[in-house]
Amino acid sequence: MQTILKADNIVKYFYQPEPFEVLKGVSFEAKKGEFLSVVGKSGCGKSTLLYILSTMDTDYQGNLQMNNETLTGLSQNALSRFRNEHMGFVFQFHYLLPEFTALKNVMLPALKLGKYSPKEVEERAYEKLNWMGMGDYALKRASRLSGGQQQRVAIARALVNDPAIIMGDEPTGNLDQTNTGIIFDIFMKLAKENGQTIIAVTHDKDFAAASDRIIEMSDGVIVN
Amino acid sequence: MRNLRLALDIALTHLLAKKRQTIIAMLGVTFGISMFIVMISFMQGVNQFTLDLALDGSPHVRIYNPIKNDRKSIIEQQGGPADAMYIVHHQKPKSELPKIKNGMRILRELEQWPGVQQAAPNLSTQVFYNSGSVQFAGSMIGCDILKENVMYDLENKLETGALEDLLTNPDGILLGNELAEKMNVKVGDRISISTPQGTILLMRVVGTFSFGFSAVDGMRSYATLASVQKILQKDPQYITDIVIRLEDYTQAKTLSKTLSQIYGYTAEDWETTNAAILAGEVIRNVMTFVVSLAMLVVAGFGIYNIMNMSILNKLKDIAILKATGFESGNIVSIFLLQSLIIGVLGGVLGVLTGGFFSYLISITPFPSGTGFNIETFPVLFEVKYYITGIVFGFLTTLFAGWFPARRASRVDPVDIIRG
Repeated sequence: MQTILKADNIVKYFYQPEPFEVLKGVSFEAKKGEFLSVVGKSGCGKSTLLYILSTMDTDYQGNLQMNNETLTGLSQNALSRFRNEHMGFVFQFHYLLPEFTALKNVMLPALKLGKYSPKEVEERAYEKLNWMGMGDYALKRASRLSGGQQQRVAIARALVNDPAIIMGDEPTGNLDQTNTGIIFDIFMKLAKENGQTIIAVTHDKDFAAASDRIIEMSDGVIVN
Repeated sequence: MRNLRLALDIALTHLLAKKRQTIIAMLGVTFGISMFIVMISFMQGVNQFTLDLALDGSPHVRIYNPIKNDRKSIIEQQGGPADAMYIVHHQKPKSELPKIKNGMRILRELEQWPGVQQAAPNLSTQVFYNSGSVQFAGSMIGCDILKENVMYDLENKLETGALEDLLTNPDGILLGNELAEKMNVKVGDRISISTPQGTILLMRVVGTFSFGFSAVDGMRSYATLASVQKILQKDPQYITDIVIRLEDYTQAKTLSKTLSQIYGYTAEDWETTNAAILAGEVIRNVMTFVVSLAMLVVAGFGIYNIMNMSILNKLKDIAILKATGFESGNIVSIFLLQSLIIGVLGGVLGVLTGGFFSYLISITPFPSGTGFNIETFPVLFEVKYYITGIVFGFLTTLFAGWFPARRASRVDPVDIIRG
């Protein structure tokens, strides 16, 4: 299978409160259509790795490639455009824009990308919200939604540009068993049917066990 | 363009979500701009009023022969030792006539001068107006009334009578309206006038005029040159002043210098004559500028503060926008647009309220007494002040919004999202 994301010998230091090597030369590859779970204890560096893979954190040593294109060293603006088109994020805390409706939250990254007309973007956003069972709440303000509902809207937002890679930092962290199941099924379906790669940092052992591959981290290195 | 529309969409949503904050920031700008408009309209109105006053009551350039008092002593004139010091106590002016020699010839030359609209001969003298046993001191000007009309627009200042009657009545006189009131005379009445030399002349009132300030209306009268020459017992060439009206009054200063060099007489421009009235203009301009600037700076700080607060509240949103692909420039646009919307709306509102308050001032009665011919506060309505106001408001908010917006664009999403 085709390698989509390749991290090579990633080293990352934290300087506050004192210099500390969080990632000690991490290398790994993710294939197209693969559903990866990253697990490990708190402080093992798994979230740090995810943010480096997501291109948001650029303060590291090593090399990051996607589709054989080197991302390390690109400008912040270039990386922003890259994220916009090729990556979707689901964060541990739901992080919606509270003043906007659920629908608008989902639409914003697509409007920014500008690949489709605003009308098409709206249709696509509805489609993603319906996948998440949030279609009925589309026109509600994000600040009026419950935590679980916000989480599902955030996932819809991550999907709206059909990114090649979807990253989640505890994507089901705030959801009950039923909703976790729904999300997991959607991720699996995206990976298998659309060939999208999923990388999720999780504490949920059942979630991890059901995914394609588990990457286990400890003290800044991949142990398994 | 698409990015800008998107940024505008987000900016508007932010502004509408915090209506009260938005309105307060906007009112800051509104207040600043409206004060600016009111200040500048009113102050410029006052400036214009004093300028009109100065130009109305005095010629643009006046040529006269001043009484000199600084003659050299006679020993000095006769070539005494140069290193000696000559002191003459209480030197008195010579009995010289304040006449302009060859006045009529100079007048004709001046009438051909480029830029001169009208030059007119004047013969002015101190007189007493006799009213029964009481005498009122005043001045009398002998003039060519038609030329004088061009100089001062006397026609419109005339309250009763007619200018032309001065031409047909050799002993006609035009009186200031306050003077006529004091003497209790009307058109057609006869009055007697005496000179410092003691001659007395009977004259007939053919009209009354009002310049709008007592210094003129209670003192001055106009008669023909011939009448005044007669009362002073002088020849028909005798004139003491030549007054000039220019096509462009701002040229007065330069022309007066040239004329005094050419003819050797003192040529005084209207600005020098009215230095006391005009001195206030500079002070008013400085005051307007300082107060307006202070207002705008305060409004600017208001916006700066509110935008900074708003950005602190929106760190999470900024992080999320950046994480989902918004570039630094987009973030700057979003927050700068918010400032600019506040600035433009506040500015437009400020211009409207400023115009309204200026109007209120312009219809407020001005308690001037009889000193000035003015009924309400002078206010100048000029489009350029309103445009300046909007431009200032725009620039202030652009400046005040720029720093918070740039700060927002530098937010590191990882810092915020990781907590």
